[in-house]
Parts: sequence; C-alpha cells; structure tokens
Amino acid sequence: MSEEKTPPAAPNLVDLGFMDARIKAIDIAAFFDRVQRHGQSDDYRVAALRAALPELLSGETGRARRVLEALSDQSEEPIPAAVIQGAFGAPRPTES
Amino acid sequence: MVSRTTDDYVAMALAGCEAICEPAFWAGFDRASEKGFYDYFRQITDYEPRRAAKFGLKHYSWLCINPKEAEDVSLAEAVLALIPEFIDQPNVLGIGEIGLNKNSRNELKVLEMHIDLAARHDQLILVHTPHLEDKLKGTKLILDVLASDSRINPGRVIIDHVEEHTAPLVLDRGFWAGMTLYPESKTTPHRAIDMLELYGSEQVWLNSACDWGISDPIAVPKTALEMRRRGYDAASIDRLLYQNPASFMSQCPKFAIDGFSGVVGA
Repeated sequence: MSEEKTPPAAPNLVDLGFMDARIKAIDIAAFFDRVQRHGQSDDYRVAALRAALPELLSGETGRARRVLEALSDQSEEPIPAAVIQGAFGAPRPTES
Repeated sequence: MVSRTTDDYVAMALAGCEAICEPAFWAGFDRASEKGFYDYFRQITDYEPRRAAKFGLKHYSWLCINPKEAEDVSLAEAVLALIPEFIDQPNVLGIGEIGLNKNSRNELKVLEMHIDLAARHDQLILVHTPHLEDKLKGTKLILDVLASDSRINPGRVIIDHVEEHTAPLVLDRGFWAGMTLYPESKTTPHRAIDMLELYGSEQVWLNSACDWGISDPIAVPKTALEMRRRGYDAASIDRLLYQNPASFMSQCPKFAIDGFSGVVGA
C-alpha cells in the first residue's frame, strides 16, 4: 500500500516493550490461577482464551490476527434478532 | 463531545488538535422515541460546535441512528426521516456511525436504509464495526452490503474500529480504515503502529475514542509520541495523523481547517 510498510530503522523494540509484555504475561498467568482457585475455569471465555494462547508461542508472524480470529464468532449468517447489546470477548458456545 | 467534559476539550487543544469529528452514537441508554434523536441532532449540530469553539476547536458531526438502537426498524425509519432536516448544517460531514452491533437481520436492514440515504444525498459514510467477538463477522457483512450498492464509492467510506483481523479486509476492497485508540479493550497505540507497518498507511485514519467508558481524547497525540519513540520522522507522523483524516474529510466541501488545502494521497 504505502511507504509506511517499510518502517524506519527501529530503535531497540525490546527495550521499549519488554516490561509491558512481561507484566501482561504475568497478569494472564495470575488470571488463570485466580479463576481456578475460585472454581470458574470452565467458563466459556476462559476456555476460549486458553485455546487462543498457543498462538503466542507460534513461530509464524500474524499472532495478533490469529488470536483475534480465535476469539471471534465464525458464523456467517445474520442472527434473527439482537436480544442484547453488549459483547463478551469470546463467542458464546451457541454462536459458532 | 456530548459524553465528555470541557476538560477534554482543553486537553485536546493543548495537545495540538485542531478539529473534532463526532459521530452520532449511543447516548448511554436507548432513547424513548425519535424526539430524543431530534434533540440530539440539534445538540451535535448547534450546541457542541459552539462549545468546542470556545477552546479554538472546530467541530464536525455525522448523523444516523447508531447500530445499538437499530433493532427497532420503525424507530429507525422515524429517525432517518429527521436527518434531511439537519444534513445541510455547516458542520455535518455525512452519515455515521452506521453499521452493525450484534449482526442481526434488522440491524442489516437499517444499515441498508442508511446507505441508501447517504447515496441519495451524496454524503460521506462513517461505519461502525461491532465489538470483540462480533467484529469479524460484522465487518464481512458490512463490506458485502456496501459492495452490493453500485452507487457507493469505497473511497468515500471509512470503516472504523478495524483491528489486525479486519484491517486487510477493509483496505483490500478500497475503503478507508479507521483505527480507534483505547487505553483498554480495543487498539492501543503500539498495535496501531504495528498495523501501519503490516498494512501501510494510505487510506488509514487514527482516532481517539471519546466514549462513555474508559477512553482517552488525546490518544492520537499520544500515538504521535509513540511513533517518535519508534523512529518515525515528523513528516510521516503528520501525514498519518493530520493529512490523512483531513484528506478523507475534505471530500465534503464543508470541511476546512487551517494548514490543509487539498487532497493528499487519495
């Protein structure tokens, strides 16, 4: 598309981002510990997150896209009616 | 910005913002009738421009019934009937933010009604894509509806709230892509810059969410800071954060800001 596809010579991106990524990884680990400690590991959202996590360890780029896809409703037809307005972050078991 | 205080106008002015682009959106509650929308349209075409002007900010708005309230087709028809009365107001750029919320049949029908209205009045279109698990499916449905109307020029449509899984779908079909920046739950400045490196910066527009929930009206200036940290020069930052949105909005002859006089890179 455009010139920005070739980014400038990057500074040390690990210096810029490691501490932020580190705390997020620990937060996710603590979240799994917390829901397990309180007997809530079988929630469909926890299961969806757990299923998406192997993408983080993939050797292929596109991890963010694939995590988003894993947490998306994969159905194609419009639903008959909207009975709620909110979203939950992972498709409910009946949606996909 | 009906959901924000004057402190936010001050922060935006101090951060160097020149103009605000406010889509018609949810009021935090469902309005009881079309009369609620009539007053809302008065607010965003009359009062808010005057409130923003007190801080040196130009204010532009878009008109519609938002997708969250689009399940009621009768209400939507009544609201759409109000829009022509406001469409020639000097700060109105087009129809938006239309789109889908839960991807229902009625939401799709109301989306088609809005697209028809925009086409009949030769208006720019601003599209909202659904949140979280509904975004991928909703974006595909929206793209198909837009593509099915031969009157619609993709270059005059911006599809907002793209993320890594929807940005290429939007850009590959010739539409503008909006990246809405949030401190949480949606795209962060870091990820927005990543997407620019993956998908390019043409026909891309970054915007600060100014929502009822946790959001940051100066997320765009903060992204400029992050771009500088990642080695982008001033010209690249200016082109993305200033020239690109100005280029899209200047397709509406009512849009005018100091320092921008023409379409760039469109």
